Amino acid sequence: MSALNIKKGSSSHSAYDLRDPHSQVVETHTLAVLVDNEAGVLARVIGLFSGRGYNIESLTVAEVDHKGHRSRITVVTRGTPSVIEQIKAQLGRLVPVHEVHDLTVDGPSVERELGLLKVVASGDKRIESLRLAEIFRASVVDSTLESFVFEITGTPDKIDAFADLMRPLGLAEVARTGVAALSRGFA
Amino acid sequence: MMSRTMTGAKMVVQALKDQGVEVVFGYPGGAVLPIYDEIFQQNEIRHILVRHEQGAVHMAEGYARSTGKPGVVLVTSGPGATNAVTGLTDALLDSIPLVVLSGQVPTFMIGTDGFQEADTIGITRPCTKHNWLVKDTDKLADTIHQAFHVATSGRPGPVLIDIPKDVQFATGTYIQAREARTAHYQPKVKGDLDAITRLVELIETAERPVFYTGGGVINSGVGASQLLRELVDATGFPITSTLMGLGAYPASGKSWLGMLGMHGLYEANLAMHGCDLMINIGARFDDRITGRIADFSPRSKKAHIDIDPSSINKVIPVDIPIVGDVGHVLEDLLKVWKARGRKVNKDGLARWWTQIEEWKARKCLTYKPSDTAIKPQYALERLEALTRGRDRYITTEVGQHQMWAAQFLHFDAPNRWMTSGGLGTMGYGLPASIGVQIAHPDALVINVAGEASWLMNMQEMGTAMQFRAPVKQFILNNERLGMVRQWQQLLHGERYSHSWSESLPDFVKLAEAFGCKGIRCEDPAKLDDAIQEMLDYDGPVIFDCLVERHENCFPMIPSGKPHNEMLLGDASTEGAIQAGGAVLV
Repeated sequence: MSALNIKKGSSSHSAYDLRDPHSQVVETHTLAVLVDNEAGVLARVIGLFSGRGYNIESLTVAEVDHKGHRSRITVVTRGTPSVIEQIKAQLGRLVPVHEVHDLTVDGPSVERELGLLKVVASGDKRIESLRLAEIFRASVVDSTLESFVFEITGTPDKIDAFADLMRPLGLAEVARTGVAALSRGFA
Repeated sequence: MMSRTMTGAKMVVQALKDQGVEVVFGYPGGAVLPIYDEIFQQNEIRHILVRHEQGAVHMAEGYARSTGKPGVVLVTSGPGATNAVTGLTDALLDSIPLVVLSGQVPTFMIGTDGFQEADTIGITRPCTKHNWLVKDTDKLADTIHQAFHVATSGRPGPVLIDIPKDVQFATGTYIQAREARTAHYQPKVKGDLDAITRLVELIETAERPVFYTGGGVINSGVGASQLLRELVDATGFPITSTLMGLGAYPASGKSWLGMLGMHGLYEANLAMHGCDLMINIGARFDDRITGRIADFSPRSKKAHIDIDPSSINKVIPVDIPIVGDVGHVLEDLLKVWKARGRKVNKDGLARWWTQIEEWKARKCLTYKPSDTAIKPQYALERLEALTRGRDRYITTEVGQHQMWAAQFLHFDAPNRWMTSGGLGTMGYGLPASIGVQIAHPDALVINVAGEASWLMNMQEMGTAMQFRAPVKQFILNNERLGMVRQWQQLLHGERYSHSWSESLPDFVKLAEAFGCKGIRCEDPAKLDDAIQEMLDYDGPVIFDCLVERHENCFPMIPSGKPHNEMLLGDASTEGAIQAGGAVLV
């Protein structure tokens, strides 16, 4: 909605008008937030979510433009359409926030997460874990005679599925990066 | 030509001067000594020494709200900064521009739990619009200029700059305000013309329109209030306002319905409930306004003009959102409306006003008069009558007296009414009145108070005396926490848990102890003379007005009820609030 004009990027292609604002259906949205890389900026964003009772399902942050001191925060959140709009507007009014993109409604996007999974197993289970890793295009980044550390990249669902398969085979530890996401195309 | 190399402490004072600051409210301490040293060596900026840092922030709020300029506060690290937190939160909720400077332990001691160290940035992050820790003297001037820009641009609010002591001692390069980095924060002020035109179309046909205005009109500046008056008078639409917006449209204006909301006027609330077009200008559908959300103005189209996109659709979904500064939007709105022929639905409007006059005839502010006890409403009616036409500023504390003041005092100009709306901070009014008086030395400044609220920051009478601020403290003393008592009566089975004021001081003797004038009055027949004595006295006055103890504030929309289920003064209050409403505040 042009009149709403939440910070640039977030609303010009927003499907806000198309979605029922009164809907009580909880949706999952991936937001990309471009911020000044200054001290405390992550605390500001996280504090906003906790202070106003919003959900964070996943959050990643890293500097993406060293010269411009810009960081990109990718946050996956859940809420009704009106809550999602409110989250975007609240993020947009933080002083160090430059842009808020709702990748879920702005158009097609790609999402990737990296997972490291340690599987402790021997015998058939060890062989089976390696076979499944191949199917999932996970690679082995560390190995002992009793363990593997697999590296897997993909959507969160894919990593969930891989972890579920590894669990009965001896999954010992998981580390995940959270989601990084970009819109498709050159817009 | 001024040298651009100077110490951080000197930079602070220089930057304040360049920002046009005339007054700083503050309290010294170890971590701000270098800045106080610089303040000592100049005469352009006046420093008001407060008695408690909370007082400093409320004074700065009073200063800001009565002038439209940002208020400036200087406090030390640790307890100095934590004492400022209530004031910062108050200013955040009421969108008041403040720049608070706090001292901090030296950079090399941060994180060591040093003496008077607190994580001021962490503590104040959620109660400021933005805050900065400056670790490099070269960045100090830029940060201070940015701070003024952020505090006053878009939706105004408080900001804080935390300045470690070594940064104050070190030298760096000063930069001017125009060289500072402000481009990254430029909120949009012009409203979308398509949306404005859609609103004009509704204005042209509406049968039962109402303007619902708020503090955003005041914050947008005197010009916005002028435009609002022009629009209201030209359309002939009725107008009501929130607590925060009183004075933007004159109470003496013919379209004025009075304040709306929980203790708003019957006609204002029923107009909101029954309207077919609601035009919200700079208000935010606060819960004190809406009552039960599901039944809020069920048959109206709603337009919302607000500079903050996050205010829109936050509580009440609206049909026409317009993001922009009230002044700019009203200017365009008037232009479009005039260009299209200044049309309104005259017949519909006439019927609507007939209906409103019927509601007005209920005279919802009627109270039972008394010859023996001073009714609080009567005290305010007399205060209004005896100060009408004066250059008058009113501050309040929080509670029943605040609502009665909003109902019975009338404001014909903006920036004349300073009250803690969003946060509801008891202890706000006395320091705020001092801040107002410092900004307007010759004006009549009255703090309408309750005795319990007033005690919360009464130490600031010392500040009023020291700086010859002749503030009048008009205390409606019912020896009760009146609003708490009222709710306990209505909601908690008349169990008055801790809601009376035991061991009150003798306010007249207290006044004498501070060196100012004390007046006590408990006889309605003597009230006029006593108020006149207060007004005539050249100096601060503490007026102990002993009022009826168990008066309730009506009208009242009980928690969890819609606008059309208000309680009026003569109505039975038995079972008025159900269990569901009791959980609400």
